[in-house]
Amino acid sequence: MTAAVEIHDVSKVFNAGRPNAVHALVDMDLTIEPGEFVSLIGPSGCGKSTALRLIANLLEPTSGQVLVNGKPARKARLDQDYGMAFQQAGLFDWRNVAKNVELPLELKGWDKVKRRTRALEMLDLVKLGDFADHFPWQLSGGMQQRVAIGRALAAHPPLLLMDEPFGALDEMTREHMQAELLRICGETSTTVVFVTHSIPEAVYLSTRVVVISPRPGRITDVIEVDLGPRRGLETREAVAFFKKITEVREALRGIDTSDLAAIETADGAPSNLPAGVEDR
Amino acid sequence: MNRSPRALALLVLPPVVFGIGFLALWEAAVNVFDFQPYFLPAPSSIWQQFLQNTALIWDASKVSGTNALVGLLAGTVLGIALSFVLGRFRVLNELVTPLAIALNAVPIFVLVAVFNNMFSITSEVPRRLMVTLVVDFIVLVNVTRGLREVGAIQLELMRSYAASEVAILRKVRVPNAAPYLFTALKIAAPAAVITAFVSEYFGGSQNGLGSRIVSSIAISKNAAAWAYVLGACLVGLAFYVTAVSLERVATPGGVGRTDRDGA
Repeated sequence: MTAAVEIHDVSKVFNAGRPNAVHALVDMDLTIEPGEFVSLIGPSGCGKSTALRLIANLLEPTSGQVLVNGKPARKARLDQDYGMAFQQAGLFDWRNVAKNVELPLELKGWDKVKRRTRALEMLDLVKLGDFADHFPWQLSGGMQQRVAIGRALAAHPPLLLMDEPFGALDEMTREHMQAELLRICGETSTTVVFVTHSIPEAVYLSTRVVVISPRPGRITDVIEVDLGPRRGLETREAVAFFKKITEVREALRGIDTSDLAAIETADGAPSNLPAGVEDR
Repeated sequence: MNRSPRALALLVLPPVVFGIGFLALWEAAVNVFDFQPYFLPAPSSIWQQFLQNTALIWDASKVSGTNALVGLLAGTVLGIALSFVLGRFRVLNELVTPLAIALNAVPIFVLVAVFNNMFSITSEVPRRLMVTLVVDFIVLVNVTRGLREVGAIQLELMRSYAASEVAILRKVRVPNAAPYLFTALKIAAPAAVITAFVSEYFGGSQNGLGSRIVSSIAISKNAAAWAYVLGACLVGLAFYVTAVSLERVATPGGVGRTDRDGA
């Protein structure tokens, strides 16, 4: 079976060769199998968004190779093998909800009727069937994000890439959206790569949590999460859930203090790299 | 937008009351202080002149209004065309935009004197050309911004859909620029009318509202001059209202979108 995502020995340096060069990712190796839900977690500036953009081929790696569905990432992007959602819904104001969901299909050259049918199907899936003719600014933040997920999945891509999609939502909406996302991905058997900095979110959603350390960004831990089918509060209040949260937290804490100092001494990397370069 | 009658009354009433109060005050001031007509005619005598000269004012309005309209259309087309070119080539944009803004800051309608020399002074071409230039700058600056200032996320999304530059232009940049175009038109429509009037101050046929104002003052027919000013106001208002209505009709989902805080 072809892996959904293969990252081989990938490094990404911004401003390579210049004094302000930033090693966003170093020697990253990761293989994601179809049907997995993998979260990338780490402190701000650790390169997790960069990793996601390398998979999406919105960035090219400095060295190494990224395969999506067994194809080079660029080919996979041109074939629209993945859907993507960001922290901001990024809906187009001048299109109503259904037309927003239709956009990727339009670009694939689908005809009008087929597009419309699929868009309404997707809106039913994200439970916004009654809002097809609304405009984005008439919806709440959570509803907009659901439209964005519907749009990302409209072409039935096997892979969904998400960059902190629930980061701007309140806690209640967020938990609801997490449940919805699991349901939707279960129904459509979509593989998900999910960037977050929320530990409970990563644990609740994922089959695997990939812990990334900053400066230079590298994978320090991969934690399997085997909590069985998620059942809302029942899962969230279970001892096993808390244990996993603790495990991820400790993995993160490890890189936050002592290890980070060790990396800096070992590599001679300066500790005062410009902040905020991770996301570009 | 569905407004209740009460809300509509609250919206319309204050400016109407203010307008009537202002005119009453004006009328009273002219009577109390006994202003001479050459200084400030009373609204009632202006209105009288307006009613007496409606045919003349209408004819003059048609001349100036046509000049403004032709210039407005030509300038809008030219401005849109140029902004597509500038939007495509960043270097060109950096060269031209500051120049356009700087030129727009000086009262360039004095150029009409030059145009009068270039073309026959009795033709309407110099005036229309002047309006075209003024409108062109306004449209150019705004539409170029609209084509440029597209959200980073929306561009990344389009790249993730493997969209071509042409597709991005058609599906993102152009619709994104539409509200900027309407903003430009709301500024350009009254500006076109003003430019058409002022262009008439630099000689040429005595057939438009601008030249009528000047010639009425020259023969001390002040109330008549003011009646022409009133005509000019109405033409300007008609242009503005048309621009606003166009925006309402052309904005998907109604004006709610432009009412929001520019998100």
